[in-house]
Amino acid sequence: MADYILELRHISKFFPGVQALKDVHFQLKPAEIHAIMGENGAGKSTLIKIITGVYQPDEGELLFNGQPIHFKSPLDAQRRGIAAVYQHVACFPDLSVLENIFLGHESFDSVTHKIHWRELRKQAESLLQSLDADFSPSATMGSLSIAQQQIVEIAKALSVDAKILIMDEPTAPLSRRECEDLYRITENLRDKGVSIIFISHRIEDMYRLAERVTVLRDGRYIATWDVPGLEQARLVQGMVGREITQYFPSRHATIGEEIFRVEGLSRIGFFKDISFSVRRGEIVALTGLVGAGRTEICESIYGISPRNGGRFFLEGKEIAIHTPAEALAHGIGYLPEDRMKQGLVLDWDLIKNITLASLKNFSRNGFMQPSQEKEIALRLTDNLKVKTTHIYAKASTLSGGNQQKLIVAKLLTSKLKLIILDEPTKGVDVGAKTEIYRIMNQLAEEGYGIIMISSEMPEVMGMSDRIVVIREGRKSTEFETPQATQEAILEASMTAHGRELHAIAG
Amino acid sequence: MQLQVKMNADGSSGGGGNGRPQSSEHQSSSLFSSLVKRLTRNSEAFRELGLLIFIVLLAAIFQIRNPKFLSVANIKDLLANTAILSILAVGMMMVIITRGIDLSIGSTMALSGMVTSLTVSANPDISPFLSLAQGMAIGLAAGLVIGVLVAYFKILPIIATLGLMNILRGLTYLISKGKWVSAYQMSAGFKNLSTGTTFGINNLILFVIGIYILYTYFINQTRTGRYIYAVGSSPETAELIGIKRKRIILLVYALMGLLAGLAGVLWVSKFASAQGDTAVGYEMNVIAATVLGGVSVAGGRGKVSGILLGSILFGILANALPLINISPFWQQFIQGLVILAAIISNVLLQRRNDRLTLKKRVI
Amino acid sequence: MEKTSIDINKPRGLHQYQWEIFLIVLFLAVNVVNSFLSPYYLTLDTFVSTPMNFLDKAFLVLPMTMIIILGNIDVSVGSIVALSSVLMAVSYNAGLPMPLAMVLALVVGTTCGFINGFLQIKFKELSATIITLSTMTVFRGIAYVILEDRSAGKFPSWFSFLAWGYIGKIPFILIVFALTAIVFAVLLHRTRFGRMVYAVGSNRTACEYSGIRTDRIILGVSMLAGLMAGFTALFLTSRMGSTRPNVALNYELDAIAMTVLGGISTNGGKGRITGPLISIFLIGFLNYGLGLRNVSAQVLLIILGFLLILSVLVQNFTDRPASISPKKLSAPTHRSDAGDGSDIHENSAQGG
Repeated sequence: MADYILELRHISKFFPGVQALKDVHFQLKPAEIHAIMGENGAGKSTLIKIITGVYQPDEGELLFNGQPIHFKSPLDAQRRGIAAVYQHVACFPDLSVLENIFLGHESFDSVTHKIHWRELRKQAESLLQSLDADFSPSATMGSLSIAQQQIVEIAKALSVDAKILIMDEPTAPLSRRECEDLYRITENLRDKGVSIIFISHRIEDMYRLAERVTVLRDGRYIATWDVPGLEQARLVQGMVGREITQYFPSRHATIGEEIFRVEGLSRIGFFKDISFSVRRGEIVALTGLVGAGRTEICESIYGISPRNGGRFFLEGKEIAIHTPAEALAHGIGYLPEDRMKQGLVLDWDLIKNITLASLKNFSRNGFMQPSQEKEIALRLTDNLKVKTTHIYAKASTLSGGNQQKLIVAKLLTSKLKLIILDEPTKGVDVGAKTEIYRIMNQLAEEGYGIIMISSEMPEVMGMSDRIVVIREGRKSTEFETPQATQEAILEASMTAHGRELHAIAG
Repeated sequence: MQLQVKMNADGSSGGGGNGRPQSSEHQSSSLFSSLVKRLTRNSEAFRELGLLIFIVLLAAIFQIRNPKFLSVANIKDLLANTAILSILAVGMMMVIITRGIDLSIGSTMALSGMVTSLTVSANPDISPFLSLAQGMAIGLAAGLVIGVLVAYFKILPIIATLGLMNILRGLTYLISKGKWVSAYQMSAGFKNLSTGTTFGINNLILFVIGIYILYTYFINQTRTGRYIYAVGSSPETAELIGIKRKRIILLVYALMGLLAGLAGVLWVSKFASAQGDTAVGYEMNVIAATVLGGVSVAGGRGKVSGILLGSILFGILANALPLINISPFWQQFIQGLVILAAIISNVLLQRRNDRLTLKKRVI
Repeated sequence: MEKTSIDINKPRGLHQYQWEIFLIVLFLAVNVVNSFLSPYYLTLDTFVSTPMNFLDKAFLVLPMTMIIILGNIDVSVGSIVALSSVLMAVSYNAGLPMPLAMVLALVVGTTCGFINGFLQIKFKELSATIITLSTMTVFRGIAYVILEDRSAGKFPSWFSFLAWGYIGKIPFILIVFALTAIVFAVLLHRTRFGRMVYAVGSNRTACEYSGIRTDRIILGVSMLAGLMAGFTALFLTSRMGSTRPNVALNYELDAIAMTVLGGISTNGGKGRITGPLISIFLIGFLNYGLGLRNVSAQVLLIILGFLLILSVLVQNFTDRPASISPKKLSAPTHRSDAGDGSDIHENSAQGG
């Protein structure tokens, strides 16, 4: 018997242009709960995908029960007893719990192909009972809460006799009490001999559950610690303790009077009571964990998703925004997170993409004016240094950074006062990042107010004047950037204050 | 009319009271959620109960307006008329569960009916069962073509079946050279398929009973049957757990074709006449009955009992309108409204459910 | 500051008109065959007056092109034609002056189109297919309720001018169609409205983020389709002299088939109106030639069905959806990996 049921040695994984994992180690003991912690983009998900067979590592080796092993596919990993439960459950909402547990590996009569319902039902009942489930196997999956669906997923994992269970941010969509239930289930599983890899953004989850924790940062292995006795400060230090080496262009914008303010913005099920303001020439970073509700907040400001309450003030006057068209008319522009789906018409040339948001300015009596379109497109692509061989090239031929510049160009065709940038440097290479930072500074100097949603700590620290931290749909805290530290931001993003502190103690 | 539609949930035993100590905050939310659950749990049964009550009410009204309605002769007539519709609803249910649609079945019926009746008129001695097999083979072939186009060539179901609808209809005219096959050209055995009785029960009714027993078993008990639901409920998850999605799609269109072929033979045998325009537009009756019976156009949901009730309701409407002096020409209009009402109420209920789910999230 | 040299000339070349050229070659081939069948075929008169037989339904192809570019399908247009035609005839027979009855037909058509569009934007969860499938039944159902199995007609004699009249040597309907086609071509290819139609068909989400009121575009195109169905009703009724609830049966198929054959992809966002315009004449003259050979009209049904499926097949093989290639370009970076499925939106999607 090996000491470790699963061991990863010197694992590296490259994607074109990026190294997602570099020399990462991970050791899972039998029947332990092992947490993996790290910031957004630390490499946790990539690591999970390697363990579950979605990706193959480019370097390093996997040992399963001490034996080197190579998973060809997710199905292959499953057959060896590795199962995963994700935050967003992949299920058949219209089918019963029983079917969701067994479909795909159900036992059936070889002649009639009738599923052995009675037998499976018995198994399902005992599985659900062992998980303390309060619903029957015949309940419809879609009628269950997310917590209950996760229990079904766990039951599914157990039904194939999983040795290793990976739980990827299972607590994020759960309420406090549901979390407690999940903790208990997880501990029961461990007591029955299942090894559990627990990934969570919540520090309290880790303290409550895990025996050991492995910390990753920027795709690198930092350390593995025993959780009891681990100081939170040391953990946070491990997650963010980097020197900011990246170069950020120096900033010269003069900050003026308030240009935009939001008060008490709420949307049922997404966020509540969000207030902050932006001044002329100021860059406000909206940060927090992925899924905290930052994008949803900005989409409500931009009018593309609804809100249940809240007021907007532009230059001191209250304004109403219900549609993106109204937002644009008031001078609020939005660079969406998913540039391929939300930002560009990939099949179109640069010119048509640039003028898409302000067609009125380039048409006379309803007729398009192609020469005007071309003129502004040439001016803006030159101004923003969009690198392309051809102004009629399709947007899909551009690199990520240049596509992003293209969307900025599109925004600049409207008369804007406030620009919201949602993860502006997501998925672009280092050179292009610097370019985009330069453009952001340029815009700030020209007097635009800027809200930047960013998950990247150095970017937040290096590019903003003020930092608003969102945690689970609420404003956690606000910093003047010079006063902020990486550790303080991370703690504000991850740790509950006040009412939930007891969970850490427990 | 009762169109309670949200199909979630049969017997979730859950609800709020699971016997654990709860804080007062959670008590109120679980009370609320148990209410929601009770509503959603019952809505499917509720919908079917509603349909049943509506059918009874309708029958009562018709009976008052015209005492002939509930006569034995008329009920027999009604059931015989509903039979073919309900057989086709079986196939359409599978197609719609996988998020598809089939507009070609009226034409498939015409072609199958025409070819088999021509064969019978040329060879009067042929066994009626051979005719059935012939019709089903034709339908199966048509269904396979559609299935391949939809599953493997990624043509939208509406386009593929619209195209086939015309090809098959054109073929029917070509084969018949524009002529009809009339009653005197058909053998007694052939006409007996639909009009005769066995053990005192109309053959058509026996066909329906047989098909529904087989189908209920297939769709509810066998793994392939459940895979059909799985593919419609979430195509991505289905592929993830190793279900061969394309094969399932091919299968449902093939089965739809098979049933349409069978229905074509029964139709021609029942009316003792095969024409180029046999069953023109009949696909809409079938779609209406299916959707009314609670099969969701969003896929994944639908029950055998639902389509049976939906078919009966349509059978009654078609049968009874002339009896109470409402022109049968209202039928198509009513049909359209019913489809519209059914799909829209589905959407509204789904939206309400989503809203309730969101409210449950604690921020 | 580095100077990047950008090519600013618009790419030109015949290769982007491949499909149209193919259609024209087909059109010529059809005419060559036709001229062998009838010695009197190759006269100017044939080419000018033959279109009178098929141009009524051609009006449906123009908005259908927009609908398919939007990425939708509308199967209710034939029913709208029937309803407009029936209401026009009935109201005229009830004493409404003919010109007003004709206006009524157009208003009815546009209203039906509005209903289609309204349902589509209010119930986005439902596909345009299923919505128009039900309104198709409703609209024709109303026509049946009004006229049952009777026919209506006895129009004033001047009404037949619409379909049968000439201005100079050119049929009136050809002139009206040519003008309408020009309007649609300009609308689609030169105006802001047309640009937005392509934009919505290519990427509706990006349009919404760009502040385009996509609902208005969908509503507008639906109403245009209704209006054109009204036009078809006018010319069709004039050509036949009377009307019944079952007129214009399967016209939606003809319109969809001609549009798709014209190179408009059912994936949306692509194609020019020139293709469908050519295919209108291609199919029309093909039909005429089949008539010369005494081939039944039913064969055309088969040919149309085949053409519809074949042209979609060809498109599916040649026109890969745009989203495939760029996905390969974008590296899954270490930054984005934590973002997988992070949108809370997806929680609400589990209802299916």
